[in-house]
Amino acid sequence: MFDQLSSRFAGVVKKLRGQARLTEENIAESMREVRMALLEADVALPVVKDFIAAVKERALGQDVSSSLNPGQMVIKIVNEELVRLMGSESSGLDLSTQPPAVVLMAGLQGAGKTTTVAKLARTLKEQSHKKVMVVSCDVYRPAAIEQLRTLAGRVGVEYFPSAADQDPVAIAGAALAQARKQFIDVLLVDTAGRLHIDNTMMDEIRRLHSSLQPVETLFIIDSMMGQDAVNAARAFNEALDLTGVILTKVDGDARGGAALSVRHVIGKPIKYLGTGEKETELSVFHPDRVASRILGMGDVLSLIEEVEQKTDREKAEKFAKKLKRGKGFNLADFREQLQQMRSMGGLGGLMDKLPGMGNMPQAAMQQVNDKQFMRLEAIIDSMTPQERVNPGIINGSRKKRIANGSGTQIQDVNRLLKQFNQMQKMMKKMSKKGGMAKMMRGMGGRLPPGMGF
Amino acid sequence: MFGFRKKSPAAAASDSDQTRARLDHGLKRTREGVFSQLRSLFGGDQQLDPGILDDFEDHLLTADLGIRVTTEIMDDIRARVRKKAITTPDQLMDELQAALIRILEPVCVPLEIPENSRPFLIMMIGVNGVGKTTTIGKLARLFMQQGASVMLAAGDTFRAAAIEQLQVWGERNQVPVISQVSGSDSAAVIYDALQSARARGTDILIADTAGRLHTRHNLMQELQKVMRVVDKFDSGLPRETLLVLDATTGQNALVQAQEFHQVVGITGIVLTKLDGTARGGIVFALARELGIPIRFIGVGEQLDDLRPFDAEAFVGALLMERS
Ligand SMILES: Nc1nc2c(ncn2[C@@H]2O[C@H](COP(=O)(O)OP(=O)(O)OP(=O)(O)O)[C@@H](O)[C@H]2O)c(=O)[nH]1
Ligand SMILES: Nc1nc2c(ncn2[C@@H]2O[C@H](COP(=O)(O)OP(=O)(O)OP(=O)(O)O)[C@@H](O)[C@H]2O)c(=O)[nH]1
Ligand SMILES: [Mg+2]
Ligand SMILES: [Mg+2]
Repeated sequence: MFDQLSSRFAGVVKKLRGQARLTEENIAESMREVRMALLEADVALPVVKDFIAAVKERALGQDVSSSLNPGQMVIKIVNEELVRLMGSESSGLDLSTQPPAVVLMAGLQGAGKTTTVAKLARTLKEQSHKKVMVVSCDVYRPAAIEQLRTLAGRVGVEYFPSAADQDPVAIAGAALAQARKQFIDVLLVDTAGRLHIDNTMMDEIRRLHSSLQPVETLFIIDSMMGQDAVNAARAFNEALDLTGVILTKVDGDARGGAALSVRHVIGKPIKYLGTGEKETELSVFHPDRVASRILGMGDVLSLIEEVEQKTDREKAEKFAKKLKRGKGFNLADFREQLQQMRSMGGLGGLMDKLPGMGNMPQAAMQQVNDKQFMRLEAIIDSMTPQERVNPGIINGSRKKRIANGSGTQIQDVNRLLKQFNQMQKMMKKMSKKGGMAKMMRGMGGRLPPGMGF
Repeated sequence: MFGFRKKSPAAAASDSDQTRARLDHGLKRTREGVFSQLRSLFGGDQQLDPGILDDFEDHLLTADLGIRVTTEIMDDIRARVRKKAITTPDQLMDELQAALIRILEPVCVPLEIPENSRPFLIMMIGVNGVGKTTTIGKLARLFMQQGASVMLAAGDTFRAAAIEQLQVWGERNQVPVISQVSGSDSAAVIYDALQSARARGTDILIADTAGRLHTRHNLMQELQKVMRVVDKFDSGLPRETLLVLDATTGQNALVQAQEFHQVVGITGIVLTKLDGTARGGIVFALARELGIPIRFIGVGEQLDDLRPFDAEAFVGALLMERS
């Protein structure tokens, strides 16, 4: 699945190469790819539609002026927009109230509510040094109360006993009274899983909510959930005015589009992620990580970051100015680029990270190893400054000298000059700023024809 | 064989009557003329405008069919619209319904249990919280009603109170539950239960296992070990390995099925939680990719909330507008 997705985004990058400006037409195709990626990640369709509209609006008319190519830029916008929609870093629970602070758990069947109660109890106890009590209002599921009792014992927090023949609202009331008596800081209330369309059960949790007046009402949702996530989240939010969301079972490989759906529909923060069955397996929410997981393109993003960080922007700008002044691209510039590419782990390293490049034949990959870079650099090093700026003067005898100096053959020198000529032509075609980045992309993203070393 | 196609006798009134009534009503409405709701959406308009096709496509996508399957189906439909093989909204709906049913028909194969297996083993597997243990309770009820003797094995020795949960289902059905203390070896419990079932001449043994994500390598290996132990007991033991999938699950359900299938080999699928608003559209990709029979659907949390899988009814419910 990941491979397919990656090559999908590689397609976006490729299709938009050489475009100077993002227009309605040239991004339409990439929006289709983004739509597909989001749907495959289980982002709910209405949310996908809204999202694409937002991305389009932002991308339209943008100049391609940074070190990224248009395709990369679209992906970057998609990612940034996704991160933005995901909300801020985890804020944790807000328990500022007259204790006991009540936390109410709500969600569909099997989402992970009871397990998460134990996880929260543990963090609150161990990390926030709170006095915690848990209680189960699940009088329906067989052994649900026993499950919570066992877990409470395991994490070592107060457990308020309840029984299957009691009324959930009565249980909650009694637990709250007891918590007050014992000067408990936080009371965590587990509830039965319920369908959002089950009126009786939704009414029950509404009553629990109004009698407990919780400071936090958390919606627990399975990260594997599909399109229905929006319906469930909306209904629970309408019934309870949720304060936050916990996404469970992220230790699986679901792409977790439900996170975006829920976030978009109810606008409440995602507070934690469940990362396993054990009581310790709870982690704070990082919007960027979940975003790139949804897109299935962590590697693309890390590549973009790398290119942005490692390309010396000043140099790039100087170079661009020079191009503009019409001085042209010379061998000294070429060498500089080779050095920069090498510092990024070489062409091989770049290629590994580019989606779709994983499938390059092994032999081809081997051809573009660091040694070749170094050889090219050596050849250029053996030239005089004059030759570098004005390669036209390199005649037969000069070639011989350069080959000797760099420990290569005359054919190698010829090949380099030929490649350089091709590059120069390419460079001339390119307008305005960003020449350096485009050049690098030309080499890193896809080898221009005849560029095999 | 215990006549699994037989209709189960009218069940006693229970909390889930309401839920079941809803679903049954849905299925009935379906049979009467599936798309009354969708039809009204397009009214008496006999023109096929592209908007209708897009609406259909959206409907399939929101039912979790996935972009790939949806695109395939809709491409085909669109091609026939272009060739004027489909000209009215009614035709369009009929064609779509037929296309969907065609995909599911091959996997609409009921579970048949050979007689005199003593025991026939049913292994319940799947990711966390999908409804394995609850489905065991329902299956036990079904088989008992068909006159078979049933025994349960508490193979989930990991999750808190998993054993107690299964014991409650055992009591409700008045069938024996073989268990050991929490934390003991799952394979050992199931081996024990097999011996016990054989000794008592029990018809069907249903073994629970702990929920596990297919991404947890060690837990998947543990499942393989359970299967090896079953083989050690009797390599020719007739059995069904049922993967339980939650209908609210999105595209990951396919990955789950593929992984479990690769590790232990699945012979049947149960799709649970269809009593909500989830449509379980992922089964189309499953049918395509794996072709493993879908045996039952779960439609609630009570003993009687299990139905044999019926492709037509399923497609009908899927295409119905949400209430
Ligand atoms: N792998 C994994 N499993 C989890 C996680 N959270 C919960 N589970 C498992 O999911 C299953 C269901 O968890 P529960 O806590 O019982 O879910 P619940 O929401 O209380 O279920 P009901 O009370 O029946 O509605 C159990 O097997 C848990 O161990 C998680 O983050 N990762
Ligand atoms: N609405 C509805 N709920 C169901 C259905 N089947 C199971 N459930 C509920 O889903 C929750 C989890 O069910 P379990 O049977 O414990 O699931 P499991 O797969 O055994 O869970 P683990 O053993 O923790 O992995 C419980 O609250 C069940 O009541 C169904 O068909 N419909
Ligand atoms: Mg619970
Ligand atoms: Mg279970």
